[in-house]
Amino acid sequence: MSATAPAGSEVPVEAPSPEARAPHPLRRFLIRRVAQGLVTLLVASVVVFLATSAIPGSPATAILGRNANPQAVAEINHHLGFDKPIVDRYLSWLGDALRGNLGNSSVDIAQGATSAPIWPIIRSPLADTTTLALVTVILLIPLSLVLGVWSGLKAGRWQDHVISTVTLVLISMPEFVIGSLLIAILFVASHLLPPVSLISPGVFPLLHPNILVMPVLTLLAVSVAWTVRLVRVGTIEVLRTDYVQMARLHGIRERKVLRRYVLRNALAPSVQIFALSIQYLFGGVIITETVFNYPGIGSQLVNAATSHDNTEVQAITLILATIYILINIVADLLVMVLVPKLRSSS
Amino acid sequence: MRGLRFLGTGRGRVGFAILAFVVAVALFGPFFAPHDPADILGAPGSGPSSSFPLGTDYLGHDVLSRVLWGGRSVLWLSLAATALSFVLGMAVGGVAGYSRSFVDPILMRLVDVVLSFPPLLLFILVVTSVGTSSLILILSIAVILSPGIARIVYSATREVSVRGYTEAAVTRGEGASAILLREIFPNILGPLIANLGLTVTFSVLLVASVTFLGLGVQPPNANWALMISENRDILSINVWSTLAPAAMIALLTVGVNTVGDAVSHALGLPQRRAITTVGGIEELITPAELV
Repeated sequence: MSATAPAGSEVPVEAPSPEARAPHPLRRFLIRRVAQGLVTLLVASVVVFLATSAIPGSPATAILGRNANPQAVAEINHHLGFDKPIVDRYLSWLGDALRGNLGNSSVDIAQGATSAPIWPIIRSPLADTTTLALVTVILLIPLSLVLGVWSGLKAGRWQDHVISTVTLVLISMPEFVIGSLLIAILFVASHLLPPVSLISPGVFPLLHPNILVMPVLTLLAVSVAWTVRLVRVGTIEVLRTDYVQMARLHGIRERKVLRRYVLRNALAPSVQIFALSIQYLFGGVIITETVFNYPGIGSQLVNAATSHDNTEVQAITLILATIYILINIVADLLVMVLVPKLRSSS
Repeated sequence: MRGLRFLGTGRGRVGFAILAFVVAVALFGPFFAPHDPADILGAPGSGPSSSFPLGTDYLGHDVLSRVLWGGRSVLWLSLAATALSFVLGMAVGGVAGYSRSFVDPILMRLVDVVLSFPPLLLFILVVTSVGTSSLILILSIAVILSPGIARIVYSATREVSVRGYTEAAVTRGEGASAILLREIFPNILGPLIANLGLTVTFSVLLVASVTFLGLGVQPPNANWALMISENRDILSINVWSTLAPAAMIALLTVGVNTVGDAVSHALGLPQRRAITTVGGIEELITPAELV
């Protein structure tokens, strides 16, 4: 129940039944999944809003200090609309967000600016983070498939032991420790790469590949370790199935058995694994960007949180939660399309 | 104790030795610290010398003393959060799994909502509005970790609640809380133990990560994760100020995870593996013999 579908079952992907091929269940699933996603998003927006507005006047007091002049606090709260009832505030916030208006940075307003729209502040960090995440995923998929399948085929031998020990160590380490170790090796000891990702705002990070190397390596280290282990287990499970046994007994050449039966059936559950690792990147990116001062949305969020900029934290978490939920929906759909045997179950 | 059989495997022994070393440093280290961890003793960022074997940090504290002091808060915060998350998760999962009323869907949808958020985002939201303290750290990490436990307890409880001994207790007229505590929980310990190592690892990773981000334990406390973040700027001057705490955290998490792995392996328990560290907690179950 609690788990996503088990990695291997008895039916090979080879021959989907005619009912499963019909578009009906898939479309029904699509509609239900999107509706479910919208509800989750709505609940998420309530959580985001409540969590950052639970304490009345908090941004103003946080910015002006505990002994702030009450009149100034009231003025800022009025300017930010914090003196209205909470339901009104939520509805107008949500309405504005839906129309693409994410509001003003509360810290900037409190510091005297008359308008400080959030969207321009976070647009370029969002793009830089997307670049970082995409580069990581593009490298992650082939790397973990090759290593995972290989380690599964060599199960129990020394190659497998080496891979599983290394991945266990990598899984256990926090990103900021891996990142700091990389800096110690690649910058302090050998001066190969810069320790911080300094680029001027608006410059496309791919044009400066040397600043991307260490952040990408850090994210890869943790996520590859997970995916390799899961792909490996999937491969071993498929190798044990009756249909692989059957194919071998039929005298089909081992290479063909691997290509046609083992790989196909081991790769299908990997789609889920990669969806999960993209979800992982949401947390990993926040830490990794902070380690390397990478100018992305993660470090922007941490800065906003430490300066108690409620409206900016609200906006960034809402955007990230939306992307997170969208990725979940797309991943579920991809799994449904690519792994026909899961269609009937949900 | 079948659980101690993990010491029979090479990996189990190595993991146990690593863990024992880190816990010993964290617990007894302060007694051997040559200096007060909060005293400013030398020039900031000076390298190793006879009086400061690991050099000094960004303010001129003795790095060795801070390493010896810095494990206690990492350990107790993550253990407290783990314990609380088990209490929360068992309460929610047990009640939802045992009750056959409207309580079940409400509690489990609540669990889904928490799981639909990247955990770190949840934490950042809380800290932005109410600030940070040890209590907030423990509470919010427990809330982040408990849904995973609630789901496991939920499905295990539903399985156990239709067994003969539970139904016998119902027939005897025992109350729901007595049945949960005496019949159900003792019989679902297996999956809970299998999940303990992983939950402690997550807890350590979360405590360390949020502290590194500056949202957890605050200076001038000595804390391994905090040391890594505060000494980042002097990394190239005195590399030990970062390397030593980084090594301790790495040893701690590797040790916990290895021991947890080896224990569930020795007990023949299926592994409930979560895919992420601080991203999303999503489980995949792996049979014990494949791990």
